[in-house]
Amino acid sequence: MNTRLLPFIGFLLVLALLGFGIWWSSTHDLRAVPSPLIGKRAPTFSLPELDNPQRSFGSAELAGEPYLLNVFASWCFACRDEHPILMREGKRLGIKLVGFDYKDPPEDAKRWLAQYGNPYDVVIADLPGNVAIDFGVTGAPETFLVDAQGIIRYKHISPITPEVIATELMPRIAAMKAAPR
Amino acid sequence: MMRMLAAVLALLMCASSVLAAVDPLPFKDRAEELRFQNLTKQLRCLVCQNESLNDSSASLAGDLRRDVFEQMRAGMSDAQIKQWLTERYSDFVLYDPPLRGGTWLLWFGPALFLLIGGVAVLLTIRRRAAAQRGTASNRVDSVEDDW
Repeated sequence: MNTRLLPFIGFLLVLALLGFGIWWSSTHDLRAVPSPLIGKRAPTFSLPELDNPQRSFGSAELAGEPYLLNVFASWCFACRDEHPILMREGKRLGIKLVGFDYKDPPEDAKRWLAQYGNPYDVVIADLPGNVAIDFGVTGAPETFLVDAQGIIRYKHISPITPEVIATELMPRIAAMKAAPR
Repeated sequence: MMRMLAAVLALLMCASSVLAAVDPLPFKDRAEELRFQNLTKQLRCLVCQNESLNDSSASLAGDLRRDVFEQMRAGMSDAQIKQWLTERYSDFVLYDPPLRGGTWLLWFGPALFLLIGGVAVLLTIRRRAAAQRGTASNRVDSVEDDW
């Protein structure tokens, strides 16, 4: 082989590496932290309900049924994109939809839900953000699918889209319902 | 020049003292504070992933600093606190990834590339030396022709 071409081949290799970097970062969400909790038991929690802070709601009340925990906040811009999709398709999921109001003054969250609609079966508020840390939440929106045994089956970071519902959530929910209790 | 540098330094110090005042933690002594600083510098903020937990002003980082502090107070070791965090946020939260199957390339890749480069350099030198020895009898300045 002509050794004169070696530097050029080296240059092409570097170019290929840079191209791969660009491709990788455009097709992958680099901020999405892989959750070590998938396949594990969801943390035990009990939080005040948004509408009725005297009443608390948590894993004890949810025991034995599958649910979708959706982390949102009134300060979260992307949640505004996600919200109409939950409003439109939330009921179609056929499982309990739990709204998890993350680090948000209750008045703001109430106003936000009044303005955009409330797709949730129940809304709990985590103002200090402690339960969120147990769930490994890094921001909003994030969504967890938990089965009837309390095991986290799936986690989605960033807004839920109709594609995510069709390709990720619905098949998993169907499989969970088909599985013997 | 020196005066400007001093002014910039003073400004930076102001900035850092303002930042520190955002969530002051009640350290009982200097040693505890140093341990906390040292530990949080090894942890990655999940929101601004190029910042350590020690540097970040993200609200989640503030919450995690508070948790780390509380656990230090509860008598947990640095390793236990890291374990607690990785159970929730995976190895992502650690700046030094642990050594195991998926990370060996990360740890030993640089050494591997150095080895490959070293071997390549060694082979080239040997070949050139051999070529030079072969041609040295008739032409001394043949080194220039190698390329």
